[in-house]
Amino acid sequence: MSKELIRLQDLCMAYDDELVLDHLNLCIHDKEFLTLLGPSGCGKTTTLRMIGGFATPTSGDVLFDGVRINDVPPHQRQINTVFQKYALFPHLNVYENIAFGLRMQRRPDPKDPTGKRKVKIPEEEIHDRVMEMLGVISLKGFEHRKPDALSGGQQQRVAIARALINRPKVLLLDEPLGALDLKLRKDMQIELKRIQQQVGITFIYVTHDQEEALTMSDTIVVMDKGTVQQIGTPEDIYNEPKNAFVADFIGESNIIDGVMVRDNLVKMYGKEFPCLDGGFTENEPVDVVIRPEDIDIVPVEQGQLVGTVTNVTFKGLQYDIIVDFKGFKWLIQTTDHSPGGAKIGIKIDPDGIHIMKKSAYSGMFGDYSSFSEEYDELDDASIELDEEESGDEE
Amino acid sequence: MKNKLSFFAFPYVVWMALFVVAPILMVVVYAFSSADGGFTFENFTRMGTYAVVFGRSFKLATIATVICVAIGYPVSYMMAKEGLRFQRVAMVLIMLPMWMNFLLRTYSWMTLLENNGLLNQLFQKIGIIALYNSIFGTNLQFFRMINTQGAVVLGMVYNYLPFMILPIYSVIVKLDHSLLEAARDLGANSFHVFQRVILPLSLPGVLSGITMVFVPSVSTFAISTMLGGGTELLLGDLIERQFLGGAYNPQLGAAISLVMMIIVVICMVVMNRFGEGEEQAVML
Repeated sequence: MSKELIRLQDLCMAYDDELVLDHLNLCIHDKEFLTLLGPSGCGKTTTLRMIGGFATPTSGDVLFDGVRINDVPPHQRQINTVFQKYALFPHLNVYENIAFGLRMQRRPDPKDPTGKRKVKIPEEEIHDRVMEMLGVISLKGFEHRKPDALSGGQQQRVAIARALINRPKVLLLDEPLGALDLKLRKDMQIELKRIQQQVGITFIYVTHDQEEALTMSDTIVVMDKGTVQQIGTPEDIYNEPKNAFVADFIGESNIIDGVMVRDNLVKMYGKEFPCLDGGFTENEPVDVVIRPEDIDIVPVEQGQLVGTVTNVTFKGLQYDIIVDFKGFKWLIQTTDHSPGGAKIGIKIDPDGIHIMKKSAYSGMFGDYSSFSEEYDELDDASIELDEEESGDEE
Repeated sequence: MKNKLSFFAFPYVVWMALFVVAPILMVVVYAFSSADGGFTFENFTRMGTYAVVFGRSFKLATIATVICVAIGYPVSYMMAKEGLRFQRVAMVLIMLPMWMNFLLRTYSWMTLLENNGLLNQLFQKIGIIALYNSIFGTNLQFFRMINTQGAVVLGMVYNYLPFMILPIYSVIVKLDHSLLEAARDLGANSFHVFQRVILPLSLPGVLSGITMVFVPSVSTFAISTMLGGGTELLLGDLIERQFLGGAYNPQLGAAISLVMMIIVVICMVVMNRFGEGEEQAVML
């Protein structure tokens, strides 16, 4: 990995005695696409605002290139921000919005040998750089439009261009795709990744959308209650969640109480399952994570476990079925149809079982007992979205 | 789009027709009439004699408006930056004088500004007048404040300042805070944030404030009568005299009103063009 650019040391932030950030430590590398992921109120936006200079930590340090920048105001940081609702200047057109950062800059006069006199950037250079940015965001020909004459996606891109024009070392993005519809959001995810690779700088991205995080990031930082729950690549986070919170927040997970018999063997429901995890003490109680897609449905007599199907939902690519195993309900994603009420057997490969140490989150997630009601609501919402999407395509 | 509720707007339409449109038409008719009812341009050709009054009215109203902007903008700006409690208290304090009768307010300024009024008595007591005399070698018993153009401007500023503060304040307080953060993020220091973002975005408030101060100032007669002592005749006084005073000549009064109205409308149109010029260019 490339060199370290930003380090957050023991950051704490309290608003009215409420601890929003709790001794946060984080290291951000050069040219990295890092995502702060977590539910609302987890402290991710506060962290971003501290890096941008809009909030000062109650204690702890923000280091940039090894220099403490706690008290450096935003306009003196080599960091720019894409704001949640874009915050484009409504009185300026696209060209002037993008040129804003350049017009604020003063640099040493090349004609002055002492280098003390500061001059504005010449108009021709501003023009060239704005045009170049318009090319990067594919909005050439829109320079005279006012922001309110642009679509959401276009405004979004102008906001990115405006933030990139000063050639910052770091770009902060605060839920920038939140206001866009689903299809546009997907396009912009790819677009953002492309822009990041083209300009070759660090992106720090804040979102509560796990899919967005998985799609774009080099590194994901999962946060909850002001602390880091896990840092890792998208694959790590998905395949090796550290605790029940991460497992539940990223994708769907069945989280079952188990006991580690010895390395590579875990006991659930009184039965032993081979797995690939080790390093636990003998008979240590653990949380077992099984992703819904890692479960194979087999005839009852071949099953490691036998349960009853209580709910089936067709999802297009697969069926989501809820299976009752002795009162604990699992979500299984499968391409085979099993009718409700049927008894089925399941088989789990050793690499489909992931063992986590017990944590404060144990027992809070991973049970799909309340699934059907909750699911119906979710289902309705997704149907509406699907309709909107198909409407767009026509 | 026909709305069922548009029925309820009907009384107001009648009201407008009877008490706004009809009177304006009557002003126009009167302005072009002679005393015996015939058509004439004489009312306008005679107006040259009153050019001084026109000039004075527009001058004093302009000065009062400029002072209102100069005082009102910083006040609105600082109010909008403060906490909600402070904003509410400040708002009440600004509105408080307006709950008092307009004439009463202006009369109290008379007692303050008179030659042996409260202010002059105060200046005598603390020796400001003696100090002034010793510095400038004069022999004043009091400062002449009442019956001056300054007193008239003061009256205008005092009475109409809230109409400047309110619209500017309400625009600034609604400014999206993230715009200011965005400007700072892009390298703007506090001055540039103000100059490049806050000021242009609060201009609509300033424009409506200017309208709301300038128009009543230019046509006022009570303030100039009471604080100007009738010596500093303004358009309002002139018009009043044509209708109620000894110089009874409603046709001339109507003509003066009409010309004043047209000048004010032209001023407002030019100013609003200036304010929205950029946007209009984009629309075209």
